[in-house]
Amino acid sequence: MLDQDVLERALAAALRAGGDFAEVFVEDRRSQSARLDDGRIEELTSGRDRGAGIRVVRGETTGFAHTSDLTEAGLAAAAEAAGTAARGGGGGVKEVALTHRRPPAPLDAEILPQDVPKARKVELLKRGEDAARSVDGAVKQVAVNYGEGRRQFLVANSDGLMASHDQVRTRYGVSVMAATGEVRQTGYETAGGTVGFEIYDQVQVEDVARVAARRAVDLLTARPAPSGQLPVVLRKGAGGVLFHEACGHGLESDLVGRDASVFRNRVGEKVASPLVNLVDDGTYLREWGTYEVDDEGHPAQRNVLIQDGELTDYIWDFLRARQEGRESSGNGRRQSYQHLPMVRMTNTYVLAGVEDPEEIIRQTPYGVYCVQLGGGQVDTATGDFVFGMTEAYLIEDGVVTTPLRSANLIGNGPDVLRAIDALGNDFDTWAGTCGKDGQGVPVSSGQPTLRVAAMTVGGTA
Amino acid sequence: MTAVAVTGAELTELAALADRIAGWARDGEQLEAYVSRGQHTSVKVFGGAVESFSSAQSEGVGIRVIADHRQGFAYAASLDPSVVEETVAEARDNAQFGEVDEFLGLVEPDGVPAVELDLYRPSLAAFPTERKVELALELERATRAADPRIKGVESADYGDSRNESAVATSNGIRTSSRRTVCSIWAAAMADDGAGGAGGAGAVQTGSGYSVARTPEDLDVEKASREAAWRATRLLGAAKPASQRLTVVLEPKVTSSLLGIVSGILSGMAAIKGRSLFAGRLGETVAVPSFTFVDDPTEPLAYGASPYDAEGLASRRNVLIENGVLKGFLHNAYTGRRSGLGRSTANAVRGGYRSGPGVGARAVTLVPGDRDQEQLMADIGDGLLVQSVTGLHSGVNAVTGDFSVGVQGLMIRNGALAEPVREATIASTLPRMLGDIVAIGSDREWLPGGAAGVTLAIGDVTLSGA
Repeated sequence: MLDQDVLERALAAALRAGGDFAEVFVEDRRSQSARLDDGRIEELTSGRDRGAGIRVVRGETTGFAHTSDLTEAGLAAAAEAAGTAARGGGGGVKEVALTHRRPPAPLDAEILPQDVPKARKVELLKRGEDAARSVDGAVKQVAVNYGEGRRQFLVANSDGLMASHDQVRTRYGVSVMAATGEVRQTGYETAGGTVGFEIYDQVQVEDVARVAARRAVDLLTARPAPSGQLPVVLRKGAGGVLFHEACGHGLESDLVGRDASVFRNRVGEKVASPLVNLVDDGTYLREWGTYEVDDEGHPAQRNVLIQDGELTDYIWDFLRARQEGRESSGNGRRQSYQHLPMVRMTNTYVLAGVEDPEEIIRQTPYGVYCVQLGGGQVDTATGDFVFGMTEAYLIEDGVVTTPLRSANLIGNGPDVLRAIDALGNDFDTWAGTCGKDGQGVPVSSGQPTLRVAAMTVGGTA
Repeated sequence: MTAVAVTGAELTELAALADRIAGWARDGEQLEAYVSRGQHTSVKVFGGAVESFSSAQSEGVGIRVIADHRQGFAYAASLDPSVVEETVAEARDNAQFGEVDEFLGLVEPDGVPAVELDLYRPSLAAFPTERKVELALELERATRAADPRIKGVESADYGDSRNESAVATSNGIRTSSRRTVCSIWAAAMADDGAGGAGGAGAVQTGSGYSVARTPEDLDVEKASREAAWRATRLLGAAKPASQRLTVVLEPKVTSSLLGIVSGILSGMAAIKGRSLFAGRLGETVAVPSFTFVDDPTEPLAYGASPYDAEGLASRRNVLIENGVLKGFLHNAYTGRRSGLGRSTANAVRGGYRSGPGVGARAVTLVPGDRDQEQLMADIGDGLLVQSVTGLHSGVNAVTGDFSVGVQGLMIRNGALAEPVREATIASTLPRMLGDIVAIGSDREWLPGGAAGVTLAIGDVTLSGA
């Protein structure tokens, strides 16, 4: 994208006013999306974002500037602004040589979405619509979304590191509204990954649409969710959001570092049931949170965070890791060149256990069975978190019975982790966008079917 | 409200660019160009030092093309001439794939003059960087010192932005506007060392802020005092017993709820059958004291704007009057398709990356005549809700389900009692509007699209132990 010597000069310019570290991040992102709603292809949208973000670190202070002007002059201006912002003074000239060049991370996609005619993408939408509507006459509204993005970036820093990455992501989602009389319900389902258009040969969009429609229709007989503390069984996959909120954010080293995490100073302690093994692993093939190198140029890796219930590590970005005298764990991510990188999760998974998932339900006299979760939120300083159930059922005498209207569940991270008393031998993942400090990044969560002995269910019944 | 002519060399440049692009429309094609440029500064401090300082300019273009009643859209984060040309070409290409919809089309200028609003303060551009840093540092110091039980300041931030945008269409729309906004925000952590109730640590958090159009008007004392007070008054919070009761929402929480209500009033949701109010014009949807208005011409409103996203002059729209549904929010497309025949000037867009949708910018309830203290005394027993979590995961505006995490204090005999945490409140949106017990007199012009006011709602299920 940019020549090595241009990058070296920009880094030197950034450090001219003083500083310990500088980084240039250049990004070119092309995206396309299409939406079908209310029976019509509404609109195809294309977008282009291209620019550079330059940061300078001096002691504890980071200066940052970004620009869409990738000429040498444009970069120099941004470098100077970042350098000034770091409030450095009298540091003199520093020369930078990019000697540690990682080989470019290969593009893991067989069919580039940009090479696929728009008509074929639009056709995917229609197939989904037809399939959803054919499920039941109660299906009233169907919205189908297709999205693709290709993100190329180049990162170079004053330590001499240079790395680049070229990734595509594609996503397909169906959202259905079903109604009978006055009762309405919604259901949605998505498919996608860090993969090319070939995913649509492996995943049939009709199946995605039918799941979404079935979800909405089955929920038409839903009754209000109970209110109060109950055992909760989370089916494999969707419940991963629980861990993302219950401890994922609390293990981000920047929050730990500012004393805003209940997991501070607890490495080596039991923070969860001994059944729990938690990893954050950006190397899983084609998952939504996957990459080869992070946005600071450091390789993704498998990070074991909780082992047999004991906290083993936090997740790190480059600067935080450097302060601790250790290597980055490959978790430095940013939404775009217009944002500063910070510690973020990738694919955060609880490893499978040994029990039969059906048996876990059978052993639950009364509780809630969650099949799909709709996102959540956490206050890492207190540990309190919520997440929403978008498809859930009552368990009565060990049998899954009535569907329940959607409601939030609330708990406290360490308490909930300790209250996990059964872990199934199955596994699945859930893809979503994680928001932190106004930046969204793609992540996935995963877990086997598991049971939490008690959580508060925020229903009305 | 003073009338100030909105001029400036930079502004004219953007308007000229949009005008040029609109001129590229071909015969039989409608073209809309939206261009914007912004300068943003963000300062985060921690432990008495600057943690990060960001200063950047961003700009972009969003192009909408409608040809043969098919619509296409494209955007780019650059105003470079060759990039703009490529973006127009891409939008044109995309339009071929949209399906025909007879209601698609740009808005016709309606001759309604824009109210002149003084939303831009030149003093922001002149405000020295060092003083912005000092404001953030002062905020952190003041928050830390506000109470001995404040053990840390999780974040203390300063932010500002200057934004200018222009819309030009092949239909004769030519508008431009600009605004400045700045804010400080602190999150305090309190700990009284008493140990955790309910298994958690003893820490409670609270946030405070101040928003203005120019930094001289920011109030560090208010932001720090609020952050500290909100954190400390929750110390000792425990999980409450599950029960049905009346909740008293603090203004900031009410603001979030009103934002959700304005989504139900979207003309887009209504025409697609997704609105809970669809088909209910003229019917009672809330209590008689509930009058809900969107008025982006109100200069005190954070979301005030002289024009909507399609370039029509903003105006006051009464959406619910004395509990009766009077109208929905519309842009050109939804106004046509709904049969209303016109836009209500409620086209909104999230910057240049998307075309115009429908939304409110500055909603407010007509306030009541009892302040928060008087309101609590009136209701006797209930729950004061200081903050909510999980709005995006527990509220479904299509089905009406409402379930959110809460932090707050119980109200007993008309006064605040013990603090609570790790609990949820739930009801349904239609029921909540019908179960409103009282609307406070304490309207606050908050950041976001909705003014806040204390609001008491009955028959809500509190879930805890």
